[in-house]
Amino acid sequence: MSGSIQDTFFEECEELLEATDEGLSAIEGGDHDPEVVNAVFRAVHSIKGGAGAFGLNELVAFAHRFETVFDEVRANRMELTDPLVQLLLRSCDHLYNLVAVARDGGETDQEHHDMLIEALDKYIPEEEEDLTFEPMGLGGPMDIGAIDLPGIATEETYQIHFRPLKDMYSTGNEPIFLFQALKDMGTLEVTLDDSELPGFDAIDPEEVYLSWNLVLTTSEPRSSVEAVFEFVEGLCELSIDGDGDADADAAALAALEAAFGSAPAEAPPEAEPTVMVEETPAAPFEQPAPAPAPEAVPEVAGKQASAPKAETAKSEQRGPNPTLRVDLERADRLINAVGELIINHSMLAQQIANLDVADVRDVETELEGFKNLARDIQEGVMSIRAQPVKPLFQRMARIVREASSATDKSCKLVTEGENTEVDKTVIERLADPLTHILRNAVDHGVEKPEDRIAAGKDKVGEIRLSASHRSGSVCIEVRDDGAGVNRPRVKQIAIEKGLIPENAELTDSEIDNLLFLPGFSTAKEVSKLSGRGVGMDVVKNAVTGLGGRINISSNPGKGSTFTIILPLTLAVMDGMVVSVADQTMVVPITSIVETMRGNDDMINNLGADGTLLSIRGSFVPICDVAGALGLRKEDSDQPPGVYLLVETETGQRSALAVDDIHDQRQVVIKSLDGVCGEIAGVAAATILGDGKIAMILDPESILAASPAAAFDTERRMSNAS
Amino acid sequence: MKTKVLAIDDSRTIRNLLAATLEEAGFEYVSAVDGREGVDMYEDVAPDVVITDINMPNLDGFGVIEELRGTGINSKVPILVLTTESAPEMKARARNAGATGWITKPFDDASLIFALKRVTGAAAYDVRIHSGYLL
Repeated sequence: MSGSIQDTFFEECEELLEATDEGLSAIEGGDHDPEVVNAVFRAVHSIKGGAGAFGLNELVAFAHRFETVFDEVRANRMELTDPLVQLLLRSCDHLYNLVAVARDGGETDQEHHDMLIEALDKYIPEEEEDLTFEPMGLGGPMDIGAIDLPGIATEETYQIHFRPLKDMYSTGNEPIFLFQALKDMGTLEVTLDDSELPGFDAIDPEEVYLSWNLVLTTSEPRSSVEAVFEFVEGLCELSIDGDGDADADAAALAALEAAFGSAPAEAPPEAEPTVMVEETPAAPFEQPAPAPAPEAVPEVAGKQASAPKAETAKSEQRGPNPTLRVDLERADRLINAVGELIINHSMLAQQIANLDVADVRDVETELEGFKNLARDIQEGVMSIRAQPVKPLFQRMARIVREASSATDKSCKLVTEGENTEVDKTVIERLADPLTHILRNAVDHGVEKPEDRIAAGKDKVGEIRLSASHRSGSVCIEVRDDGAGVNRPRVKQIAIEKGLIPENAELTDSEIDNLLFLPGFSTAKEVSKLSGRGVGMDVVKNAVTGLGGRINISSNPGKGSTFTIILPLTLAVMDGMVVSVADQTMVVPITSIVETMRGNDDMINNLGADGTLLSIRGSFVPICDVAGALGLRKEDSDQPPGVYLLVETETGQRSALAVDDIHDQRQVVIKSLDGVCGEIAGVAAATILGDGKIAMILDPESILAASPAAAFDTERRMSNAS
Repeated sequence: MKTKVLAIDDSRTIRNLLAATLEEAGFEYVSAVDGREGVDMYEDVAPDVVITDINMPNLDGFGVIEELRGTGINSKVPILVLTTESAPEMKARARNAGATGWITKPFDDASLIFALKRVTGAAAYDVRIHSGYLL
């Protein structure tokens, strides 16, 4: 039970941290609206409250400090100075870490943790420095040994005198329930003292006249008895006399014990005639208005059946916009089913087309409607998986902050299009490459403050992260206003590392894209930040792994822009249906740059090294798909008819030779996992309209497996020049 | 007849914790996500007891108590304040507004049920069985 609630807690933490982040960013931007301040306070407060319930002490303690400092701000006792806002932002980042550690395990950076605590403590006024906080939640420790078991401990007898004051009834406290709680602890005798009750005519309905003398025999410690009267302390005259142990445990533990040692629950209050007989007739006279008369209960309860807003934990709602939480698996099942539906439509359409019937127009009209509906459903289902990129972008703001402080640069992240929605999996798998690009932008893109000033720029570097939808794709752009790619240096490094020949003549864009070559790193030494021996090639792999593309463009002195184009979903893709050696196959549209019909003039034979396709004066190696897949002998006479110009991960272009192009359409991606092993050159499969299975090709791996791959950049360069 | 609890808290985690504990203990549970919603739904829900958080958007816990006890609704049901604030002035302020008692977060099943028992008499819950600690 508590496991799933804990999951909810972590989910909620994400939202609360986002709210905190957002609020602090607004504050950083000069918005000191009390409502913004309050929202941040509440969010951190809720994190603390939830964390306490699960015994996450480190998180509780840190959140408590944060909250205490922020409470000072909220109460206008403290100014929101710039250093304080920066500290709070970093503390918020640290809260993210603490939550992540609590959820996923791992270690907190203790040094950083202590440093932040020390810094926060400086803002906490003296008298509030008592930050002891003892969580006692579901996951918290419990001192079982200290609990007295009924029948084992010795019994004590308490004489209790209880005289409610008028105010007690206005708080909704009811003597009978207190007596019931006492009765659960042992044997209780109740005697009503109505000696102060005046004659009927003299009764003031607002006044109190009754008091009680109680004799309780219980094995509970005195503190448990006192705990029963906790809520009415100060609202009644109370004396508890007995030989009970006055040095009993702390009140909180006692409350626990009292409930632990309670009498069997089935004993209803009516079983104690002493209480009821004396209490019931007295009540209406004594407390007509303020106290809930017991008779009122059935009436109240009667309304329950028609209560419209009854809600259980399973249908939890939050905020004014009702949402529904659904297992990802269920959404995926639906997406799969819609995929089948679309395939089904294609098959139906094909069969109708093949029918030998004179007039199929009516059927086709209906079928068109079917197709539109199927598409609507598909879009609807896809949107279930779609999430705004906002949380991802907010995380990136932290990355930029951390990176800036690690490199002693000052950068700010400006985000645009935060509400652009992208498939959940895409968002998840985008986090790492985006982190890398942003660290790279801070580390290598933005100049040191003094260099920026010298260049006449603002001291603070600006990194702009934007998301937008662009014709069925998602476009994520990271633009910095730094120095841009140092092209002479990049080229020199590429030559040093043997990635390109010394005499290579490259366009600016080709030089920029060298950054994506495996093993390329411009940092003179591997920096702590973006180093780790990981280059931009990893970023490119991650993006292409999502069926996307990445590009860099740079303007010396003005900055660089990384553009990532991603498909909207991973379940369906646009593919070009081609035939290869009598087989139908699909090539992802995203990897195709251009298609063309070839003629003999365009093909240049290089003998054993393969063939080159000449396009507008440049040459690209040809890879015969049928040959690469082993469907046809390499030296077959049959000339492929169509060339698909594709761009590989390294920016290198090749021409995939296929027999013919049939169609361009959306295909549902069916994983081959668990169906058959990995096949070189094949990424997945799909089902076509005619019910046949077609392989979805992976151009990258086809090229890697073909002789064209041996035909590397070097050869291309020297041949081209 | 089940005792109906209206829980008002902006934290989903706390609402879920309350729901799990209370439903398991045989209470009927209804929740609201902030003070405003809690007050608005009060008369439709007609709870036997209200549990409210203090720090909430739209209307805070003190506001909830004041409105429920005010002449408009004139509620007489017990109201328990659920808060991490153990500061005495916080309790005093809640009580002045008309709160019946308080539950200090983080709470455990037993102290939550014990608090409810003291204000509603609802005791259809044997902690010893559910908590698994004793016997």
